[in-house]
Amino acid sequence: MELVCPAGSLPALKTAVDNGADAVYFGFRDSTNARQFAGLNFNDKRAGEGIEYAHSKGCRVFCAINTYPQPDGWEQWKGAVDRAAGLGVDAIILADMGLLDYAANKYPHIPRHLSVQGSATSYEALSFYKDNFDIRRAVLPRVLSLDQVRGVAKHSPVELEVFAFGSLCIMAEGRCYLSSYLTDESPNTRGACSPAKAVRWQETPQGLESRLNDVLIDRYGPGESAGYPTLCKGRFEVEGSVYHAIEEPVSLSTLDMLPKLKELGISAVKIEGRQRSPAYIADVARTWRHALDNMEARPDDYKVDPAWRNTLSGLSEGGLTTLGAYHRKWK
Amino acid sequence: MMKLSLGPILWFWSKQSVFDFYGKAAEWPVDTIYLGEAVCSRRRELKPDDWFDMARDLKACGKEVVLSTQTLIESEADLRRLRRICDQNEFMVEANDQSAVQVAARHNIPFITGPSMNLYNVASLKVLARQGLKGWNLPVELGKVSLEELIKGLRAEGLDLPAEVFAWGFLPLAWSSRCFTARHYNLPKDNCEFRCLEHPDGMELRSRESQELFRLNGISTLSGSRYDLMRELPDMERMGVSSVRLSPEHLGMDEVVKRFDQVRRGEAPATDPLQLVEAPPCNGYWYGKPGMELVGQGQSVP
Repeated sequence: MELVCPAGSLPALKTAVDNGADAVYFGFRDSTNARQFAGLNFNDKRAGEGIEYAHSKGCRVFCAINTYPQPDGWEQWKGAVDRAAGLGVDAIILADMGLLDYAANKYPHIPRHLSVQGSATSYEALSFYKDNFDIRRAVLPRVLSLDQVRGVAKHSPVELEVFAFGSLCIMAEGRCYLSSYLTDESPNTRGACSPAKAVRWQETPQGLESRLNDVLIDRYGPGESAGYPTLCKGRFEVEGSVYHAIEEPVSLSTLDMLPKLKELGISAVKIEGRQRSPAYIADVARTWRHALDNMEARPDDYKVDPAWRNTLSGLSEGGLTTLGAYHRKWK
Repeated sequence: MMKLSLGPILWFWSKQSVFDFYGKAAEWPVDTIYLGEAVCSRRRELKPDDWFDMARDLKACGKEVVLSTQTLIESEADLRRLRRICDQNEFMVEANDQSAVQVAARHNIPFITGPSMNLYNVASLKVLARQGLKGWNLPVELGKVSLEELIKGLRAEGLDLPAEVFAWGFLPLAWSSRCFTARHYNLPKDNCEFRCLEHPDGMELRSRESQELFRLNGISTLSGSRYDLMRELPDMERMGVSSVRLSPEHLGMDEVVKRFDQVRRGEAPATDPLQLVEAPPCNGYWYGKPGMELVGQGQSVP
């Protein structure tokens, strides 16, 4: 199985390559990718340097152009596909049907991967993308149980990539408009979820408050660690109870199920986190490289090294990891 | 004149409530009725044949009927239900996922896309037109600027693809594998005791300052404010919107339909947003603002 790592910047890209990534993925410095963060992502020159570095070490490079262009953005998004093609990337990760159509017709020789934002959760949906745009691979949304992944994989006409580690998105990606409902920017339209421009922190007599476009997302007691106010991970009131009504701040980790994923025929595992520092990428990439190498060498005798688990817990939201939807009992 | 449509019931109602609702809807001045379960695979009060029977009855009453499909398709059982809906030649299908497009196209069933399909540009619409697309809904997070461009773009391409706009009701904003209703009751999703039946208009999720943010409805999350584009109907008429969608609620829907019908006929001014189940109104998305905002309340229609 291939280890696919995030590259939010050139140093992060090089770190991922040096620590064992088989492939890295990056986006341009604009809203054409679903992780638009200030100060991150690539211009053409840096992307060119990154691709050259990765290729010199035998690592592949994917370019994510996985937001949805509206009519006034069409030329810019189309231009992003042209730029990625010109830079010599190994695959383009796309979500929008129009852009997939454009890329398939103009650059048939460059592999197309369906982004998780394309929201394909069944083999019929995968067949739609395969038949219409000849995609080579699809990234599955983080909403399927392991059994459901098995069902998809059994009939999938394309390679599958699944999320292995990182922030847990519990909504079907590509179909979540919660962020634009509060702030006017969503992953689909602007490549941003709970965008920083709308975040406000305030010390109050009730505690530290985090707000998103003035909406109270969470309030922390003394000594409680505060997380970024991603709106689905806030504490809200439902019928008189205040709790994490949608999801706790927790990270996804599939370290324990690597052999199962391999057995299902999954082609690649993906690490989330283009917004993360090179130090974070180094630890995560190295840990997953060890785990994958270990599993490939002895698939029947795979054991999670406690040291890997320790490293990853230290890098997780709230210090906690979950199997998320892969776990049938998850609720 | 623009058509009025009744979207699929997004909530979980008892079988009798559903029959009663459509019994009345048959008499309302709506042109199109979307029927079927679009949210949760566990909601099976009505069997496929119940839906087909109801579809035929409503068609006999002069309604155009479209069969809606589930939005999040996760299992083989979900696909079986989808195939069952497409295995007929009487009705169009509302595709809420690419799986439905694929299956409908294979059965040569013309289809309309629901508001959860990501159609943000003309190139994407052209792709689906090749598959049998007969109409489409604007994604809920888009507003009039994009819609106007899309309609113009389609005309320039010579494509006759009627546009529908979700114009009244709680906005469907997200789908998950997690059931938030079951979570609230500390029940596993697979053994949820069908608690959604107790919440015919969802469960309110409020901030700790009592701001109504969302409505939890099984695996789906809807807006906490009610989207209301009644005042914007003249705008839509001018732009060439074909149909406006009203999303069913269990109380007072007849009044909502009546009012929208009067406004589309120019028989009543588009003021006074309707307040039935108590919820603040919003229209932000239409104006390119955060969806929860309300723009221009109290002003006359431009």
